[in-house]
Amino acid sequence: MSANLSALFYLISGILFILALRGLSSPETSRQGNYFGIAGMSISIIVTFLSVGNFGPGFIYVLIFLLIGGSVGAFIAFRIPMTAMPELVAGFHSLVGLAAVFVAISAFLKPEAFNLGIVGNIKIASLIEMSLGAAIGAITFSGSIIAFLKLRGIMSGAPITFTGQHIINLLLGLAIIFLIYYLCLNQSSNTFWLLVFISFIVGVLLIIPIGGADMPVVISMLNSYSGWAAAGIGFTLENTALIITGALVGSSGAILSYIMCKGMNRSFFNVILGGWGATDQTSSKQSKEQKPVKSGNADDAAFLMKNASSVIIVPGYGMAVAQAQHALREMVDALKKNGVKVSYAIHPVAGRMPGHMNVLLAEANVPYDEVFELEEINNDFANCDVAYVIGANDVTNPVAKSDPQSPIYGMPVLDVEKSKSVLFVKRSLSPGYAGIDNDLFYRDNTLMLFADAKKMTEEIVKSI
Amino acid sequence: MEIDPFIFRLSIFILSIFVGYYVVWSVTPSLHTPLMSVTNAISSVIIVGAIIAALASKSQNIFEISNIFGFLAIILAAVNIFGGFLVTQRMLQMYKKKKK
Repeated sequence: MSANLSALFYLISGILFILALRGLSSPETSRQGNYFGIAGMSISIIVTFLSVGNFGPGFIYVLIFLLIGGSVGAFIAFRIPMTAMPELVAGFHSLVGLAAVFVAISAFLKPEAFNLGIVGNIKIASLIEMSLGAAIGAITFSGSIIAFLKLRGIMSGAPITFTGQHIINLLLGLAIIFLIYYLCLNQSSNTFWLLVFISFIVGVLLIIPIGGADMPVVISMLNSYSGWAAAGIGFTLENTALIITGALVGSSGAILSYIMCKGMNRSFFNVILGGWGATDQTSSKQSKEQKPVKSGNADDAAFLMKNASSVIIVPGYGMAVAQAQHALREMVDALKKNGVKVSYAIHPVAGRMPGHMNVLLAEANVPYDEVFELEEINNDFANCDVAYVIGANDVTNPVAKSDPQSPIYGMPVLDVEKSKSVLFVKRSLSPGYAGIDNDLFYRDNTLMLFADAKKMTEEIVKSI
Repeated sequence: MEIDPFIFRLSIFILSIFVGYYVVWSVTPSLHTPLMSVTNAISSVIIVGAIIAALASKSQNIFEISNIFGFLAIILAAVNIFGGFLVTQRMLQMYKKKKK
């Protein structure tokens, strides 16, 4: 196959990938979009086989490895529970990163195969492109592994910090730039290996200081990195499909990081450079005990909601942990039978990744047109009888609107306190991730339901 | 003077960033998780590099060190391609409208 013809086919793949993302603008077109993506991928792979034109024994091995990887991927895709989606995505990012590193290594070891020159005399531009691809790929890999371990709970979600952390990161970052420069001068493979090695370390150091609830930003950021790594390799291989895809994925991840940061009213650098101030935690703990709290049981909650005309559900990460989404749907069904109007309110950073709550609710067969984003529904709380907060905390804290001293001041929150009564399902009065007390617990119109989210919801269903 | 082909690739790259920017802003927030899994799947188009790396051999030995890295990259990318598209499909199938 001629190089020109295959370049045109790669362009078609690139366009199909754009259409795949475009499809996600609404749930109706999204499934079709996914087929465009699959078509684009198939075209890319087939065209690559034809343009390499080597159908010897190596080809058989390629097919075998493709099948091995494919069946592992398919197996994971069908078995993974929806609550584990954040760690799955983190894990997948690490694979893209590592694949980029491997391709870069291979191109460095055998540049002839990619028309990049010969060993020891690789074109400078290609050398820069492949080392950038390798470095970003390596950072993506090790960073995603840490994110995966944190999300999976194998590693504590608490931020790990030590003195001089930022200095070390800065020095390592400069070292990467210097090594790329040095590599261009001497083309030595030792420099290349050192570059890859340091990049792996940077990835680890970059993610360990970031806490559990900041994971939405981290995952989006790593998503973006995996795209830039792919684009770097795309430049090396002079491959349009890879360049287009890398740019798409890179900007997609960057936009998601931006949306997540905005949802927390924090700058990107603030998230990357470490967690929330720890001093506020201690001061709020002392004042906690004195304030009175009203608590109730499932029957009270059932009574309140059954007699309400409208109920808004506010789910959070706690719902995912307790796997309460199905019980929640049953509760809503029961309420609807009693003529109650029910909708769901989703905060942008609820859960551990962008859109996490929406997927869980969809899994529980909640129709997507009953689920609303913060801006769409926030005014409705004033006219709503009951707000049912299940597993969310910081995103409902009215302190974010009233107290400029609070670390979460200015963060957009759901105006839960404006509804006539608030039912707050929580296991204890402990503060949320931000380490600050939720003012909502002590409001007159709040009824605390101290229990596991799933058990409480199931009991309410029985009681309705 | 002739234009370096690199400039053309750079143009494609920068224009694609803009396309990506506008396309991704039009994605509905409720589909942000499928967006991540599908971008994950499509970024595995890096498999084209892996295939070239795996099949490049001058000698009879198809398992030179650079080929091995290619084969490893194929496995990783394949996990991602199949896993990414299938899990996206699985998620998208769950999004349903209200029964009227």
